[in-house]
Amino acid sequence: MTGQSTKPQTGDSKDFLTMTVDGQVFGIPVLQVQDVLGEQRVTAVPLAPPEVAGSLNLRGRIVTAINLRRRLGLEPVAEGAKTMSVVVDYQGELYSLIVDGVGEVLSLSDSDFEKTPPTLDRVWREVATGVYRLKNDLLVILDVSDMLEALYSRDHHAA
Amino acid sequence: MDDLIQEFLAETTESLNALDIDIVKLEQNPGDRDLMSRIFRLVHTIKGTCGFLGLPRLERVVHHSENVLGRYREGSLNVTQDSVTLILEAFDRIKNIVAGIAETGSEPEGDDGALIARLDAVYEDKDMPVVEDAAVQESVASLESEAVEVAEPSVPPSREKDEAPVAAPAEDPAAKSLRVSVQVLENLMTMVSELVLTRNQLLQISRQQQENLFSAPLQRLNHVVSELQEGVMQTRMQPIGNAWSKLPRIIRDISVELDKKINLEMRGQETELDRQVLDLIKDPLTHMVRNSGDHGIETPEARKAAGKPEEGRIVLNAYHEGGHIIIEISDDGKGLNTDSIRKKALETGIVTEEQLRDMSEKQIQQFIFSAGFSTAEAVTAVSGRGVGMDVVRTNIEKIGGTIEMTSVFGKGTTFTIKIPLTLAIVSALIVEAGTERYAIPQISVRELVRLSATGENKLEDIHGTPVMRLRDRLLPLISLRKILKMEEVEQGDKSSQVIVVQVGAQSFGIIVDRVFDTEEIVVKPVSRILKGIRIFSGNTILGDGSVIMILDPNGVASMVGDVSTARAEAESAAEEQKKFETDRKTSLLIFRAGPGAPRAVPLALVSRLEEFSQDQIEVSGNKRVVQYRGKLMPLVPFSPDMSAQKEGSQSVLVFSDRDRSMGLMVDEIVDIVEERIDVQLAGEGGFGLLGSAIIQGKAVDVVDVGHFLSVAHSDWFGTSSSAQIMSHGGRRVLLVDDSPFFRNMLAPMLGVAGYRVVTVESAQEALNLSKKGEAFDVIISDIEMPGMSGYEFAKTLRSQDHKWKETPLVALSSHATSGDFDRGKAAGFDDYIAKFDRDALLRTIAQLGEAA
Repeated sequence: MTGQSTKPQTGDSKDFLTMTVDGQVFGIPVLQVQDVLGEQRVTAVPLAPPEVAGSLNLRGRIVTAINLRRRLGLEPVAEGAKTMSVVVDYQGELYSLIVDGVGEVLSLSDSDFEKTPPTLDRVWREVATGVYRLKNDLLVILDVSDMLEALYSRDHHAA
Repeated sequence: MDDLIQEFLAETTESLNALDIDIVKLEQNPGDRDLMSRIFRLVHTIKGTCGFLGLPRLERVVHHSENVLGRYREGSLNVTQDSVTLILEAFDRIKNIVAGIAETGSEPEGDDGALIARLDAVYEDKDMPVVEDAAVQESVASLESEAVEVAEPSVPPSREKDEAPVAAPAEDPAAKSLRVSVQVLENLMTMVSELVLTRNQLLQISRQQQENLFSAPLQRLNHVVSELQEGVMQTRMQPIGNAWSKLPRIIRDISVELDKKINLEMRGQETELDRQVLDLIKDPLTHMVRNSGDHGIETPEARKAAGKPEEGRIVLNAYHEGGHIIIEISDDGKGLNTDSIRKKALETGIVTEEQLRDMSEKQIQQFIFSAGFSTAEAVTAVSGRGVGMDVVRTNIEKIGGTIEMTSVFGKGTTFTIKIPLTLAIVSALIVEAGTERYAIPQISVRELVRLSATGENKLEDIHGTPVMRLRDRLLPLISLRKILKMEEVEQGDKSSQVIVVQVGAQSFGIIVDRVFDTEEIVVKPVSRILKGIRIFSGNTILGDGSVIMILDPNGVASMVGDVSTARAEAESAAEEQKKFETDRKTSLLIFRAGPGAPRAVPLALVSRLEEFSQDQIEVSGNKRVVQYRGKLMPLVPFSPDMSAQKEGSQSVLVFSDRDRSMGLMVDEIVDIVEERIDVQLAGEGGFGLLGSAIIQGKAVDVVDVGHFLSVAHSDWFGTSSSAQIMSHGGRRVLLVDDSPFFRNMLAPMLGVAGYRVVTVESAQEALNLSKKGEAFDVIISDIEMPGMSGYEFAKTLRSQDHKWKETPLVALSSHATSGDFDRGKAAGFDDYIAKFDRDALLRTIAQLGEAA
């Protein structure tokens, strides 16, 4: 599943783990998910890109935590509010996406899939593969690889 | 790719490496039958396997090489340099093809016709007739007589005439070993590291609780994990000889191409180190050995002219030392030419002329570690392309190692590399800044200093830049909070600590909020997202389960700012040398000998205190001697009437300098005191007393050690007579000498003669004094000193607009031939005096001092 493409194919259905960030529902392919964690103690990494919340220890492996709110240009969570983390494996490294909450796993039909609207905020377009039309909601599919690649290529705040 | 091909590639690569070494050995020792059979068998095996796997191109090249080797073996063809070069060329082609197969899985395209034709020509004796090339044979034989040690190739010892491509399993040492892919071992190591961390966490939890059920099994787990860790580490260890296997071939090629004679000696190739470290140092080492061969060793003619043996030597030496591996690469070549480095450094603009002037030879030599610095006059095929020592240094520092160099022009160069045994687990100091903790590798930590609001270790600042005085040197400081862009605390916070780190020759202090403990940490690479942050070299999980970042001292150093390396090096060199001024307190040894007041001698002059029983003391000629450390040491009685003592043990003060010792017989050792020597009454010279001083309220005779030294060894100082006692109105004399013995001896002597003496250990330190605006009436300097020599020192002082241009300068040396005198005068010394000639020294400085 490492580095697997998240581009959906036609005539099939796929499983996504849903999660919420600031009221918006997001989904990532369930096969990419390694773990779901509650609130974690995160070690801050100075000089890191702003969306990097820090590092944490997951059963002896070091996981880089990414704050999705910050990545999406949203306000930080209210003081005292609980967060959750979704751990994904990307090219052999573990990343944890800090979100407001994690929902159920949905099996979605490819016929409900739409491309990302071109009018969407650039920051959001960068990280979204597309949108699923749910009954009462719209589910934005996160492209983990695009999101991380953007971070790799970004100029670091180092010396 | 086919498993069989994979296997073949691994095996063939190994054989080819062994062959390279063997062929070079054979060239040096053409008569070695065993070696010959082994080479032949290895080649034959490769050929056999090629045919079996259907690799026609490879098979053809191997086959034709084998033909030539076959004639060597029969003895119908002499092993000549030309034919060996050809064979090596063929092997290179084989390697290329093998590399091609490894990449694509099939033989690469290519035409070997020309090569094969040349091999055949040798085989059929067309172009290379058998000549009795006696000269080659002889020189080869002499090479061999100096026993070139070459890594044991990983092949079984050959059996006579064994040509079977497959050895019988029972006799095959390979049956006792397995070929395991490196990846498997790496994974094992990773898992063991995890296990170690988990174990540490468990132990920490258990420690917090009282005795419980888990304690005993946990202890056991602890031991098993430790052993497991050791075992797995062991599997990753490889002898360093593996990294050296290509070197004999490289050196051989250099010798042929550049027409040099080079003997490569490899010692300690069985020294083991972590595979990962081995991989990382392989290239730097190869580069350095190539450099030694190319730039270091001169041509036989040049060597002869310089009075050296025609054959140059390169020695590689590896050994363990306290958790580290030391690798030395030394050659007896031409050494580094400081003048051309100086010129080049100015051309490339790394330093200004002014900076250069204050630098010692050693510091100037360090420029070869700067980027793009090559002093080779011409770019050869071998080296000198400007990619050089800076890359070597960077690579070595990357793995937490250090590299040092000493070079003497005309004599040779030695590089010393110090690297950790393994990269996986290091010892680190855990510190805190802000809310987080960080690890600093212990290898770069020099010391810890607590900042205090007042007193010695006070935080000071220059235009907002924090600095600290550390043992009379200014240490630049950098706040960890600041480099991590965290909120700054009030300066001089009472809890702050300074970690003094050293990177290369640069020292600086890192201010942290708190210092915890040292811990063994498992270094884990940081995620790709964080790779760009240069001040972190990795991260790790501590015993309590939290993740912390590991600081990279090199990265931090690069943030320290515009401290130019050159200047920092100058300062650090000076830092190690302490100034000793005679105004200050001196430790004195007080003893009794004969009637009268107690005697005192500067403790620094005394190398040991010994007791000998009377029967140990023998009489040779009319002198008393004692066997001391395998040599005869003359004993000198303090006063002639002391010989009466017949019983009991004899207290002796031992004075030594270099390999000479003498013992001064005394009655009783009284005390050691720390006092200012203030000689009040000049004694009458010749009786071994400099004069009297008041020490702890009592009159004490200060002993003139020089007098007794000259009694023991008449040549220690030449003829000794009374020191000239004059009053010189407190003229200031600067004494520059690296030998503490002479410093400690001459300083009191000059003090007694009425001078105010300041002593320093090196020319560099003297120059620092001049920068501080100190002035002297006379400067006395040793010639042979580490770092800047006396000649250079004189040249520097005599250069335009130096502050001390007018100050009389006296050379002091143990070498005092007329050539030395001339050289000294040419360098700018006003006079040149043999070290042991005290009278001449006193006379000269009196004259010069008056003239000035």
